[in-house]
Amino acid sequence: MTIVYEKSKGLTDAQTHYCPGCTHGIIHKLVAEVLVELGVLNEAIGVAPVGCSVLAYNYFNCDMQEAAHGRAPAVATGIKRVRPENTVFTYQGDGDLASIGTAEVVHSAHRGEKITTIFVNNAIYGMTGGQMAPTTLIGQKATTAPLGRTIEHSGKPLKISEMLATIDGAKFVERVAVNNPANIRKAKKAIKRAFECQIQGKGFAIVEVLSTCPTNWGKTPVDALKWLEDNMMPYYPLGNFRDFEEDK
Amino acid sequence: MAKVLMKGNEAIGAAAIKAGCKYFFGYPITPQSELPEYMSSELPKVGGCFLQAESEVAAINMVYGAAGAGVRVMTSTSSPGMALKQEGITYAAGAELPCVIVNVMRGGPGLGGIQPSQSDYFQATRGGGNGDYRTIVFAPSSIQETVDYVMESFVKADQYRIPVVVLADGMIGQMMEAVEFKEPKKVELEPKTWATTGTKGQRKPNIVNSLFLDPQELEDHNWKLDRRYKEIEKNEVLVETVDIEDADVVCVAYGTTSRIVKNAIADCKAKGLKVGLIRPITLWPFPMEVFKQINPNCKGILTVEMSTGQMIDDVKIANEGRLPVYFNGRVGGMIPTPASISADIEKIAGGIK
Repeated sequence: MTIVYEKSKGLTDAQTHYCPGCTHGIIHKLVAEVLVELGVLNEAIGVAPVGCSVLAYNYFNCDMQEAAHGRAPAVATGIKRVRPENTVFTYQGDGDLASIGTAEVVHSAHRGEKITTIFVNNAIYGMTGGQMAPTTLIGQKATTAPLGRTIEHSGKPLKISEMLATIDGAKFVERVAVNNPANIRKAKKAIKRAFECQIQGKGFAIVEVLSTCPTNWGKTPVDALKWLEDNMMPYYPLGNFRDFEEDK
Repeated sequence: MAKVLMKGNEAIGAAAIKAGCKYFFGYPITPQSELPEYMSSELPKVGGCFLQAESEVAAINMVYGAAGAGVRVMTSTSSPGMALKQEGITYAAGAELPCVIVNVMRGGPGLGGIQPSQSDYFQATRGGGNGDYRTIVFAPSSIQETVDYVMESFVKADQYRIPVVVLADGMIGQMMEAVEFKEPKKVELEPKTWATTGTKGQRKPNIVNSLFLDPQELEDHNWKLDRRYKEIEKNEVLVETVDIEDADVVCVAYGTTSRIVKNAIADCKAKGLKVGLIRPITLWPFPMEVFKQINPNCKGILTVEMSTGQMIDDVKIANEGRLPVYFNGRVGGMIPTPASISADIEKIAGGIK
């Protein structure tokens, strides 16, 4: 019998702990498939974050290190400088990367560190229970913004991809979403390109993935996808901000 | 090998490279900046990597990543920077990662000053980061000892899979002395089969981690670490003692301060006083047992430190209330003088009411 579809060998058999409707599972699958397709799974060393995906080290079928909150790019830098022949990636949420770890990601990009960062943006702190993130939208309610985020109080949501695209060492920057099959295919293409950027020794690569948090948004999985399209995409436009081919 | 004249900070770097350390992640801070400067020029020559991090927080996390990838790695800093590194150190302790951290102490609290101090004793011996953990702490008193114990630090770090702190001070970092670089001891160490090096498709993935969400698992992990700490307490205490069995006064001092105390003791001995010295070389594990060898008729213990008296707690625990404990200390970069220490020794020998 011909196998037309199977779970990626880049994932372990562990059952994930993610909430129903959360898109972390899709993003894990894409990263795992890309590592296998590029033939680097056996050389890969991943760095897991603090946040919802804190247990990512149980799900990826490669060597993994757990980092302190926000420090994944620094940990990945240490690994990559010691083992330049390995493929090193970080998997981080928006609380991790856009808040406590901004210095680490900015400077890793600035150094042109040859690592790949998967940045999952769901506009909220998920694991700690729905607090406001730097990426929380204006008017969006969170447990620490009970009346909704305002510009006067907290500033506008931080656009990480746009910011990192201004840094010369960031050689690949793209924002994608995993809200429908077409976008999931585009997301995989971007993730693959981000790993190719590292494998070709070009420099820092990041893919920002717009993701859902049905639990903390208080929505059904389907409504959460619609909310992502209606609210996140207009503020966080999808697209490529930087590609290493441009730097020829 | 012939002796060479070297500045303390640079000698630390040379010793680390001799011990097989090829990777250094650091951030400039006075009075230790010559060490990262030295590493930036010397590590590329041995095929290693020096990287100036954006902060002490990033530097120690780079050390964490590198140690997790299975190599000998070091960072260095001075007191305010050490405070920032505590996050990474507790993670490294939790994840059982061998690494060496040098703290060239200066005065605090806060930004403090840039002169020598010993006011990070609590931080070094009690943790500083969160959770139940310990680090081996070496406190050398000369450049020669600094070189020897930096080399030893890498061995002990690997042997016990533990972060090791070399606690120097601005004096050690900035002064020059003649040193001899001995050949590293040949020690049989377990291969780092736990390191993240890529599975090569030949083994199950390795995970470097300090997270244990199941409380029973975390308790088991803590007790496992504690058993290792007990083993270190049993096997790794280093101390220098001088004439404590028949002393009328015993001084306790470590690092730079112990050298000043030795001068004071020589002055007192010339006057016919019987004075001994306990010099802890490892601050953790602290040399508790050696205090039992003190002359039971000794009139008192004088603890001398460049702090407000942080080591007194350990001295009192080790002394178990047998003898009165006195203190002579200077802070803020000020240094105890032999004359003031001699005066205190004479007072204690004469009997303080």
